[in-house]
Amino acid sequence: MSDIPSFTGNVPSPARSFWRRTDGVLITLLVAAVLLWFVPAGMGRYGTYVLSLWLVTAIAVMGLNLTLGLAGLKSLAQAAFMGIGAYATALLTTKGGMGWLPAFAISGLLTFAVGLVLGFPALRVKAHYLAFVTLAFSTLIWLVLRNEQWLTGGVFGLSNIPRPTLFGMKLDGHLAFHRFVVVVTLILALALWWLIRSPWGRAFLALRENPVRAASLGINIRNYTLLAFAIGSAYAGFAGALYAPLVEFIDPSPFALSASFFLLLMVVAGGSGYQLGPFIGALLGVVLPEYLRVTGGLYLILFAAIVVALLIACPQGIMGLLERGWTAIRRRPAGRNLPVKESAL
Amino acid sequence: MAEFIAYLIAGLATGAIYALAAIGFTLVWQTSQTINFAQGEFVMLPAILILALVKLAGAPFWLAAVLGVALFIALFGWGFKITIVDPMIRHGVLPLAIATMALAIIMKEGAKDGFSAEAQSFPSLLPAQTLSFMGISISLQHIAIIVVACVAIGGLQWFVTRTRTGRQMQAAAQNPGVALILGIPVARMVMLTFLINAGLAALASVLISPIYLAKFSNGEVIGLFAFIAAIVGGFNQVRGALAGGLIVGVIDSLAAAYVSTSYRLAVPLVLLVIIILVKPEGLFGRKEERRV
Amino acid sequence: MKTVLQVEGLAKHFGGIRAVEDVSFEVHEGEILGIIGPNGCGKSTLFNCILGQLTPTSGRVRLDGQDVTGLTPEEMNKRGVSRTFQLLQVFPELSVRENLILAGQEHRGTMLSRLFGPRDAGLTAEADRMIGFFRLGHLADARAGGLSYGQQKLLDAAMAFMAGPRLVLLDEPAGGVNLTMLGDLKERLKVMNAEAGSTFVVIEHNMDFVMSLCTRVVVMAEGKVLAVGTPDEVRANPAVIEAYLGH
Repeated sequence: MSDIPSFTGNVPSPARSFWRRTDGVLITLLVAAVLLWFVPAGMGRYGTYVLSLWLVTAIAVMGLNLTLGLAGLKSLAQAAFMGIGAYATALLTTKGGMGWLPAFAISGLLTFAVGLVLGFPALRVKAHYLAFVTLAFSTLIWLVLRNEQWLTGGVFGLSNIPRPTLFGMKLDGHLAFHRFVVVVTLILALALWWLIRSPWGRAFLALRENPVRAASLGINIRNYTLLAFAIGSAYAGFAGALYAPLVEFIDPSPFALSASFFLLLMVVAGGSGYQLGPFIGALLGVVLPEYLRVTGGLYLILFAAIVVALLIACPQGIMGLLERGWTAIRRRPAGRNLPVKESAL
Repeated sequence: MAEFIAYLIAGLATGAIYALAAIGFTLVWQTSQTINFAQGEFVMLPAILILALVKLAGAPFWLAAVLGVALFIALFGWGFKITIVDPMIRHGVLPLAIATMALAIIMKEGAKDGFSAEAQSFPSLLPAQTLSFMGISISLQHIAIIVVACVAIGGLQWFVTRTRTGRQMQAAAQNPGVALILGIPVARMVMLTFLINAGLAALASVLISPIYLAKFSNGEVIGLFAFIAAIVGGFNQVRGALAGGLIVGVIDSLAAAYVSTSYRLAVPLVLLVIIILVKPEGLFGRKEERRV
Repeated sequence: MKTVLQVEGLAKHFGGIRAVEDVSFEVHEGEILGIIGPNGCGKSTLFNCILGQLTPTSGRVRLDGQDVTGLTPEEMNKRGVSRTFQLLQVFPELSVRENLILAGQEHRGTMLSRLFGPRDAGLTAEADRMIGFFRLGHLADARAGGLSYGQQKLLDAAMAFMAGPRLVLLDEPAGGVNLTMLGDLKERLKVMNAEAGSTFVVIEHNMDFVMSLCTRVVVMAEGKVLAVGTPDEVRANPAVIEAYLGH
């Protein structure tokens, strides 16, 4: 009995080590942002455009990574949410005469709110109903974008979307706009980094891993599930708000259901649940085909096949493969078993 | 009124086809937890395969139809189960669902790049005659579709409830653990549902393609309606999926006629949301008890 | 003696199967109540009905006299009732300390403070105290999934105490745990009970464990309460001997 420590008395506490491990994600994000600021200097208009498109896509994939990778919810409307953001920003900055920053904020808020409204009925029933509701929603948005010509321009889309002017700086040139995209992407990635490290992130992970146990620990499953979905959708809205001025012309086709599937595959390819996964996923999905010069449909088949192969061999995606390699290298000299993050799926 | 009945019958015909897809969808869901997001593409592809055999191999239509359907069932019944479902299911439901999305993309883009991006006419089993009956003109083709689909579904229902193999299949779906102890070859039963699913999809494909033409992108709408039918009818029932399919088909047909052609798709979507809000277990589904 | 939890005529039917039938008992403040009974006698179903994982077919559950029948698990937890599950339920991806912080975080601050505030929700000290108490100190930063079964079982129990609950329901805490660890767990529960004044309800198969830990015992058989009393009374009860101990 004597070796049983008292519960209420002072207990020698083990060494705190919250900040012991340096945060690799944070360092990678900051270094990558600096690199991306300078890299496209000699790349020309098209090369810079592809890099910007990569980052914009990565923002949408980041949001989906939160919804799917961290909270384990299937959303099949990420491209539709991106469409809402893109059309909202395009309309507000052209017909509305608004500046980009408020249009960006409104796009995010709007998609967040729509996410809440959409997620509420679906998640009341069962988590996988969200897949079907978002599937239906995706089709509905596509119909609206195509049919409401007076507002969206129908199949002809909206053109002459202005690039933003911030604090008196015109961001018209491809390099200036690219750097602007880098900054916005960094801010959004840092916000997500913070979110994932906060108790919210822990709760999201808990509801993916074991909702029954999470509920018994007082975690409000419905609130957290809704929030994960709405925040993930808001990131699609933010991505859309950047996409519109990047391409300067939008039509309904990049926001169709198949685009949502494609974004989901990017999450998985990069590594579902890994914070840097979306950048790798978007790299494979957006940048690689541009450099390989493989035509659209054929590349889609190739990409989908790669994802299926990855899902069979390593469901943790490219990040998972990298991590496996890294631990294999580190394990050899040290001989120690490091805690490895398992499949996020 | 005459017009209304014509729309109703057209709706029942397409609805019967959605029901075929929805039944296959619920079958594989029940036996293997596979949410097949490529279900619509499963209905799209057989017709394309048959046309490809006719065009590229010069086979006569009847031979191409037999070969195409057999090939499809082999590839997307047996092959799908072996190459995608079996290795993936150990990782959980979610990776498998995502793999079916990837499969949907592969099938769709494959049909587009490998065959044609244009809609192709598909020969009908019956001449496209219309019968006039008391001032109502009824397409013979629609009637034939309803009859063929009903016979197929009736046959399936008879198989599942009246035959030994069918009952074993049901047992394997409801409780694989117990079924295994009782000596039921669960793995073979699960495989059987995948073959049946592919067969139903092929039948749906052959029935629907004469009306809507064979096109690579057909799967999107068919898949969506099959999901809606399955949920509206109740996720865990064959008769639920049948009723759901018919309801969705009729609503779609009436919406196209009386609401707006550009928003006809939206009406079943609204129905889906209403069902989820009001009766989430579906019209014919049983409420599932939360289990710990 | 104050009554914390009151179960009145609770029943749960699954189709035609009557898993729990007209069960009534009370839990007094500061006691350790054991619930024993053969496999499949409805003990776990009873827990799940009390805590909202299942909705009882009939009957009432009262907490401090307030009707809490049919509240959700998280509402029950917010009211100071914690539990463990029969099967291991730790979060394998998180470290031991993170598991404990997770178990306590929803009881601290607001949704906003959990987003913008410190990432440990101010619970590191509390978690480390719990880690020390259950002697998991050397494993504080290890992945919970990498722990031995017994260690995970200790962590599982520790998580139930993180929110400072007034009532803890433990579902087979001793299942699959080796003898040394079992003694450890028992002594710790006793210390918790004596020092923090926590009230426990323990479902167990292990008779020695229940008889030496609990102050009162409820014996269940086939979904019904067979006997209630001190360990000695129960041991002497002929109906209990007939139905359970006799076999």
